Amino acid sequence: MIISGWGMYPKIESTVLRFETEQALANLIGEYYGLVPRGNGRSYGDSALSPVTVDVKPKNYFLSFDESSGLLHVQAGALLSDILEIFVPKGWFLKITPGTKLITVGGAIASDVHGKNHHIEGCFSESVKEFRIVTANGTIINCNRESTPDLWKATCGGMGLTGVILDAKIYLKKIKSQYINQVTIKTKNLKETFDAFEEFKDKPYSVAWIDCLAKGNAMGKSLLMVGDFSGEGGLGYQLKPQKTIPFNFPSFTLNKLSVKAFNELYYGKVRKKVTKQQVDIDAFFYPLDAIGHWNRIYGKNGFTQYQFILPKVHSYDGLKEILATIADSGKGSFLAVLKLYGKANQNWLSFPLEGYSLALDFKIEKGIFQLLDMLDRIVLKYGGRIYLTKDVRVSRKTFEKGYPQIDTFRQFRKEHGMDKKFQSLQSKRVGI
Amino acid sequence: MSYILIIGAKSDIAKAIAREYANHGYDLYLAARNVAELKDFASDLRIRTGKKVKTLDLDILDFESHRIFYENLEEKPGGVVSAVGYLGDQEKAQSDFQETKLIIETNYTGVASIFNIIANDYEQRKSGFMVGISSVAGDRGRKSNYLYGSAKAALTAYLSGLRNRLHNANVHVMTVKPGFVRTKMTAGMNLPARLTAEPEEVARDVFRAQQKRKNVLYTKWIWKWIMLVIRMIPEWQFKKMSI
Repeated sequence: MIISGWGMYPKIESTVLRFETEQALANLIGEYYGLVPRGNGRSYGDSALSPVTVDVKPKNYFLSFDESSGLLHVQAGALLSDILEIFVPKGWFLKITPGTKLITVGGAIASDVHGKNHHIEGCFSESVKEFRIVTANGTIINCNRESTPDLWKATCGGMGLTGVILDAKIYLKKIKSQYINQVTIKTKNLKETFDAFEEFKDKPYSVAWIDCLAKGNAMGKSLLMVGDFSGEGGLGYQLKPQKTIPFNFPSFTLNKLSVKAFNELYYGKVRKKVTKQQVDIDAFFYPLDAIGHWNRIYGKNGFTQYQFILPKVHSYDGLKEILATIADSGKGSFLAVLKLYGKANQNWLSFPLEGYSLALDFKIEKGIFQLLDMLDRIVLKYGGRIYLTKDVRVSRKTFEKGYPQIDTFRQFRKEHGMDKKFQSLQSKRVGI
Repeated sequence: MSYILIIGAKSDIAKAIAREYANHGYDLYLAARNVAELKDFASDLRIRTGKKVKTLDLDILDFESHRIFYENLEEKPGGVVSAVGYLGDQEKAQSDFQETKLIIETNYTGVASIFNIIANDYEQRKSGFMVGISSVAGDRGRKSNYLYGSAKAALTAYLSGLRNRLHNANVHVMTVKPGFVRTKMTAGMNLPARLTAEPEEVARDVFRAQQKRKNVLYTKWIWKWIMLVIRMIPEWQFKKMSI
């Protein structure tokens, strides 16, 4: 069948393998080469694209839950939204969640995803106690930090290139309410934005929405949203009916003018310098999940998200240069998200490091890849790196400069016969 | 709320039906052969719904064991759904009687055996419901699967008779005739999308129809009309056709 990532680019023909039992999966892995596990298909680019893919999503059972420790044993295909639906009403929440709940647990480990609390809690793998994985020779390994440290460091953030995760034990955290006390800080430029991040860095959750088209003195003007769980309001969480984008918008919809208008409306709506409100989990963590198929607004040619991170010492200069380049190009980004991260973990390919990350969407159009190549050069100049989960086009050279442990990862894959068994279009492109 | 007994609980339709009943507040007995394979599914249901879910070993072909199986249920189920089904290999069955026997005994004899026992109990209690998943294949024999179809035809006739018998005892019997359903049983077949139901869709239909005490349910509904047309084709014509 034809599959694609969330960016709808590229679209490729793939044989999608399904399995009933663990033995059947081991047999498939024995039989095929060049396969990649696939969850809900929410990575943006070609991370989960290959001529042969293993569909893990149907494996979505909850296996056990320990009320005293909050440890949930769950199969890899379960969506984070499934977990929320069952456990928020019981007073539990994910310790780490990205900006969409529509990803699988297996995918969350493979991308070692992070969220608005990275500066305090780290990546998704920090909430994982252990997981079971079927590796290249078909054996099932119970992987944890102590007994199989290398496999752990390769798999968390390893983009599915070490095997197929079957199930995982993850810790949930206790909450008293499904509401978040949110403070929104309106800043006038990049300097103010950085200062605001520092001022509020003790808040558990923080993220800024940045206007990428603002130039000159206004460059870097943002809305910083910080928050923490409230003690009140109750746990009455239930799935809301989704609005959906029913078809691909014509690709001229998102021209420079409409993006600019959107930016001004969004920013202008917040009148005061500091605003306080109480919002629910979905509004705070997953605003875009409320609109089904929002990827269609970029038209049928699809889009990509460019997400990079710069070490803290270079973040200000680097971001200024990048924002100026984007503003000059006039290629608008509907969403630009800026965030301050905490320390990097030990995993070989995990994206986060201590510094600032910016994520921008670009629709696929003429000239876009040249612009992104230009941005790559600035990212490298300031010692930054690119997030594979969003990527569809980064060159091998650019990619490997950002990840100092890349050769350890490559070597590990080779030693364990994973390099031929597990491949994606992305792994072939960046040579991992 | 009361227990629902689901027989043949490993099938995709059975699992979807189990979810549907648990979501509506029922506790469950899940019965199947090698029921240990349902351990993860049962845990999942318990965690998702907070309902009691018990797994029970039952070999539908071991007729002798059925009485003890039912007697051993401490709390008798308030209703039973049989999702037992074995499509078999028509071509193989034409020359291998073992396969023919397996198709007939799984789809018909086994279900008749356990349903007899439960029907007697329900008749005395004057309560309970019984749902049998038959098939549109039982509405008319076709060369491509008439062994399966004939066993399902027998089941359909059985359920119709049982409904008639238990009517005065206030025990409701429902016959379900699914058309194409996307399951393990039909994996690899090229099914027309508009005529093919997902197991969840069948489960919703079954639950709703059972609660409304419908007698015969076609799912998807369009199969009622498709089968009406197919049954109306004269035999002299039908025998020449390849459908």
